[in-house]
Amino acid sequence: MRPDALTLRRRLIRDGLPMLLLAVAPLAAMAVDAGWLVPVFTRMAVFALAAMALHFILSIGGMVSLGHAAFFAIGGYVVGIGSQHAYDETPAPLGLPGWNDMLISLPAAFAVGALIAVPFGWLSLRTRGAYFIMITLALAQMIFYLLVSLRAYGGEDGISMWWGRNTLAGLEMSDRLALHAVCLVILALAWWVLSRMTAAPFGWVLDGARQNEARMRALGYRPLAYQIGAFALSGGIVAVAGALMANVDEFVSPGLGHWTVSGELLVIVILGGLGSLSGAVWGALVLLGLEEVLMEFTQHWAVIMGPLLVVIVLFARGGVGGFLDRLNMGKRHDDA
Amino acid sequence: MLLFLEQLLNGVQLSVTLLLMASGLTLIFGIMSLLNLAHGSLFMTGAFVAAWVSGETGSWALGLLAGAGAAFAVGLLIETVVMRRLYDRDHLDQVLATFGLILFFNEMVRLVWGIRPMRLDVPDALSGFVEVVPGAPYPVYRLVVIGAGLAVMLALGWLVRGTRIGMRIRAGSVDREMIGALGVDIGRLYSLVFALGALLAGLAGVLAGPFLAVQSGMGEPILILAFVVVVIGGIGSLKGAVVGSLVVGLTDTLGRVYLPDILAFLFGEGAAEAGAAALSSMLIFLVMAVVLAVFPSGLYGRKG
Repeated sequence: MRPDALTLRRRLIRDGLPMLLLAVAPLAAMAVDAGWLVPVFTRMAVFALAAMALHFILSIGGMVSLGHAAFFAIGGYVVGIGSQHAYDETPAPLGLPGWNDMLISLPAAFAVGALIAVPFGWLSLRTRGAYFIMITLALAQMIFYLLVSLRAYGGEDGISMWWGRNTLAGLEMSDRLALHAVCLVILALAWWVLSRMTAAPFGWVLDGARQNEARMRALGYRPLAYQIGAFALSGGIVAVAGALMANVDEFVSPGLGHWTVSGELLVIVILGGLGSLSGAVWGALVLLGLEEVLMEFTQHWAVIMGPLLVVIVLFARGGVGGFLDRLNMGKRHDDA
Repeated sequence: MLLFLEQLLNGVQLSVTLLLMASGLTLIFGIMSLLNLAHGSLFMTGAFVAAWVSGETGSWALGLLAGAGAAFAVGLLIETVVMRRLYDRDHLDQVLATFGLILFFNEMVRLVWGIRPMRLDVPDALSGFVEVVPGAPYPVYRLVVIGAGLAVMLALGWLVRGTRIGMRIRAGSVDREMIGALGVDIGRLYSLVFALGALLAGLAGVLAGPFLAVQSGMGEPILILAFVVVVIGGIGSLKGAVVGSLVVGLTDTLGRVYLPDILAFLFGEGAAEAGAAALSSMLIFLVMAVVLAVFPSGLYGRKG
């Protein structure tokens, strides 16, 4: 696939621009003495990361998960629990010593998230369509209740990490810009991995199974294994996002796994558009940006946001990506 | 044994609430193939309007009528404005649009009635106890809820199986193009089915109101339980909704009561205490997982 000049320009705008915004905006905020805005952009990067992982299974796998908040919360709790035990100097579950460095907590979050995603994926993939949505929602609610019942870790109140966030390879991460940079780098890394996976035979099998599962089986593939694999990869990445969120907020609670978070992630994916993974970044910019702006006017911003969402779903399909595509060309173009 | 009987009735009462929710969900899904997340908002509407009206007028009966009526009216309204545009869309669009509606309703309720939970009291006439068997006093109101729920479900069963409208509803769930072609006004049928489901959800909200904090967001935990019911019973099947809600209602209620004892017996006191709270809140989801593993399309679902 040779990108001609037009597609190259389009790609720069579609894929490069949102990342550039996320990279420059915090610096600009610092320059105009609005440092309190930095965590807002970091939040966008974290939600973009989680939404991108959902985008991956949704767009090429056709899996509409309304339960990804579970993995988000699991990742957060991997950080919270490890950090609490590291501070208390008490043994963590399984007799492990506490952990308080991102080099441990982030891979651990990925591993735990992916591990739990395997049985969840298997169960949800017993069915398709509306069932899949309901089952992922129900399983995530189970995790939510489980976290609420963890009295050793604050129950409903969660863990307040007043002793500070994780270190990175021993370095303090108290600087907001440093943490933002870490989140951006991980977002870029996940993007690279997911786009490689999409272009690899792995992605082709997923895409094929979405279009016609019986035919893929007839070709000798076992789509279920690929689908569960993709679901686990997605769950692991969302858990990493949750682990980063815990570090941004220095706080974890079952609220990370509230079902509305799953809904928000889906909204981000659709707002951004399904055409390219960058849609997740656009979507996070638009949704969280809109929330911030509306919150300036009223605490009851959801009264406006809700109907706005309905209108977008009913009349503006394709999201930001689709909009950009229409801006750039009158006719339909292959998105490769 | 008396405790068991009492808990059994509590479980049935939860089942009835879930059944009122799940039957609406499953009818709406079966006929319009609409996945309606905002069904919980209708539950909430019923509870709030009932709490408000009965608080203002002092009459529980007026509250009941107003709550159910409001849910019916809101159901008709959102069907006309939003839902009918979603019937032909895929489930993803339906989820997103109804998620938007939930955001709206949950915030609207805060805007109108404030953030403090409201109370919906059991009416005086029904606040006593009655001995179901000698020596086992049981709240009258809970029995009334069970009775009312069963009566409503019987009426629904008669409506679906024994009337002309029901015949159209059943036909619509099999082949909607065909009954449209046969001259049935399919748009009106859809509105009717949706509003009927809304009415049932509102009724569930009013009846269950006294057991819950009437507050913003109260509908979604019930909605998710109703989804579990539908997944267990099989989507689109009323019989499945009945069986599923009994399974969920009884498992949840009895699990919370007896699981600590069972775990203590198996693993000793210490381990049981920590584990029981976690496990009993997860129990119904684990039951759902087992059912799914064995019957992927639910107990009474169509094999797909």
